[in-house]
Amino acid sequence: MNFAFSDEQEQLRDAVRKFLDAKSPEAEVRRLMETTEGYDPAVWTQMAQELGLQSLHIPEAHGGQGFSFVELGIVLEEMGRVLLCAPYFSTVCLAANAILNVGTDAQQGELLPGIAAGETIATLAFTEPNGKWDASGITMEAKGSGDATTLSGSKMFVIDGHTANTIVVVARQAGTSGEDGIGFYVVDADAKGLTRTPLATMDQTRKQARLDFDGVTATPLGDPGAGWPALSKTLDQAAVCLANEMVGGAQRVLDMSVEYAKVRVQFGRPIGSFQAIKHKCADMLLEVESGKSAAYYAAWAAAEDNEELPVVASLAKAYCSDAYFHAAAENIQIHGGIGFTWEHPAHLYFKRAKSSEILLGDATYHRELLAQRIGI
Amino acid sequence: MDFRDSPGEAAFRDEVRGWLAEHLTDEFAELGGRGGPADETAWETRVEWEKLLGKDRWLGMAWPEEYGGRAAGFTEQVIFNEEYAKANAPARLSLFGEGLFAPTLLAYGTDDQKRRFLPKIQAVEELWCQGYSEPGAGSDLANVQTKAVLDGEQWVVNGQKVWTTLAHRAQWCFCVTRTEPGSHGHHGLSYLLVPMDQPGVEVRPLRQMTGTAEFNEVFFSDARTDAHNVLGEVDDGWKVAMATLGFERGTAFLSQQLGFARELEDLITLAQKRGATADPIVRQELADSFVGVQIMKFNGMRMLTGLVRSGTLGPEASIGKLYWSTWHRQLGERGIRALGADGMELPTGPGYDLDEQHRIFLFSRAETIYAGSSEIQRNIIGERVLGLPREPREKRSNE
Repeated sequence: MNFAFSDEQEQLRDAVRKFLDAKSPEAEVRRLMETTEGYDPAVWTQMAQELGLQSLHIPEAHGGQGFSFVELGIVLEEMGRVLLCAPYFSTVCLAANAILNVGTDAQQGELLPGIAAGETIATLAFTEPNGKWDASGITMEAKGSGDATTLSGSKMFVIDGHTANTIVVVARQAGTSGEDGIGFYVVDADAKGLTRTPLATMDQTRKQARLDFDGVTATPLGDPGAGWPALSKTLDQAAVCLANEMVGGAQRVLDMSVEYAKVRVQFGRPIGSFQAIKHKCADMLLEVESGKSAAYYAAWAAAEDNEELPVVASLAKAYCSDAYFHAAAENIQIHGGIGFTWEHPAHLYFKRAKSSEILLGDATYHRELLAQRIGI
Repeated sequence: MDFRDSPGEAAFRDEVRGWLAEHLTDEFAELGGRGGPADETAWETRVEWEKLLGKDRWLGMAWPEEYGGRAAGFTEQVIFNEEYAKANAPARLSLFGEGLFAPTLLAYGTDDQKRRFLPKIQAVEELWCQGYSEPGAGSDLANVQTKAVLDGEQWVVNGQKVWTTLAHRAQWCFCVTRTEPGSHGHHGLSYLLVPMDQPGVEVRPLRQMTGTAEFNEVFFSDARTDAHNVLGEVDDGWKVAMATLGFERGTAFLSQQLGFARELEDLITLAQKRGATADPIVRQELADSFVGVQIMKFNGMRMLTGLVRSGTLGPEASIGKLYWSTWHRQLGERGIRALGADGMELPTGPGYDLDEQHRIFLFSRAETIYAGSSEIQRNIIGERVLGLPREPREKRSNE
């Protein structure tokens, strides 16, 4: 048994941290979050060319480096720490995983090298205006078959849906319900009949779009109609990725709170000497460290692709969602008035924490899913 | 990162399993893991079982071989405890002797002291209790007032200890006493080893809210112990006492998780039988307790890796006690909720015997208090892990 990162993994973390500290300081986050696109194409290219981040866990046969979810988790934790504004989660954690889970070898060979090279921005469009995260939320129907497949309907909350070049859409075969008839389809961003509308997100550091499809031509990915297991797995993997991203942000807000509690003086004492503040920080540490344990373990289960994945994915998503939001909320409280200002970064993390908590299903949703998965 | 056993670990696990399969039979197997806090079930049988563990050096497995141990590392200890819990073997008796006193003795004792006390712990001929808390020294442990004065070749001890677990069963007490007259706070204290079976020691059971009495008050009235029964230097016992607390707060929770997981399984089964799992709130609570007990396992594995690598505990260790005690208290509350109106009744009938749900519900209130309350744990985390400033202290009235 060994629950630690290897020296090589720690080196990866150091390299990513150094890069992100240089490329994604707070001023840059604030600049990009005000833009519609929400990312810097030059940095995106550097991420691929200098560090190979987009290709990290893509198999070598498809232009990737063949690392695992453990390395991917490290990268996401570092990105969460600085609130990196980039279409990484959508491209790598959603679209690439979906393609890996459902695509034929030929389709993977066609779609993945562009992602690995940082040339393709991709996303997964599965949620709809009903806001459901499970199979029952997918109502969009695919008409026709093969090259003659068309999609009509709407997808909501699509991360980076307005900037992606390639959109993997989840739809169902006509007349099916629940987990039956689910299929994946690839749509080009400039396809005829597709209207992409950026959404005004509370968390401006992660962009979303609404996609309206009106008879859009789509290419089936894998075996349309039998896609539920692949979608379920993709969502589990994405939940693990998000949990790792969340603990990065949670650690950062804990650090901010502790730093401030040491220097902010009231009643003639640093406020961190008051138990009211000290105990909040202690509870935050407990939750952040526990969140890391869960997120890291889940990343290992995803890397192993073992039978534990569904349980630990929901477990990690549930726990880290609550832990991050709690830490981000306490961070504002500990900072007092200054923590409520637009200038202070506390609100950026608070908003990211809340949107990440909701994304892919909140803690309540995942606890119920977990209850089902462990047979309660 | 790999959560599977290494070949060496797997071989050791097989050895433990084999031993348990061979020995955990008949009356020992029938105990089915019973005993433990608020449960002195089948004491004599458990003593016999504990002696078997000592004879084959499982009791004392962490000690150096020259003192009868196996020099087992942290990983082996955890594997042993995992298999022990999985086998549903009887609750251990020698927590204070093996778990707290022996590591302190190994760190601070003389060779003579080690040779005098360790074999008796292993033979289960001497059980130990912990003489720390006093009526005026709970969280503020340094306020200990029990005094010891050297009278020729013996210490004479006077004072009162409280919350002394299993004092009524123990032959010895490791005891924090004030040996420097007029000293205050953590200065002038000594770590004395006092025999319990003497006229100057009176043990009064302290009946708890559980109805049982594992905790006691211990009164020392001119109690005596030989002058050499001091661990560490005279008047410099605070650091020795703190070392014991380190063992108490540190590694103990690594092996508790499996027992907690079993209690949760029992509760889930009970809730299902009663139809309570149709209630969405009960479902949320049970799933949340599952998350908690799994994270306890993950935290424990991270801590173990840190221990093996560096020999010291990382920040995740300091959260262990706070985490498990809070989790267990919540499990108790959730168990009662799952019982619905029946939570008001004891199914065991008159006599205030507790079933598992009520036992957890009631006894867990002690767990966020003993071994450093949750508030003290948060101070430790805040100050020693996060580096937050200490609270300015009022001078003691007698300083």
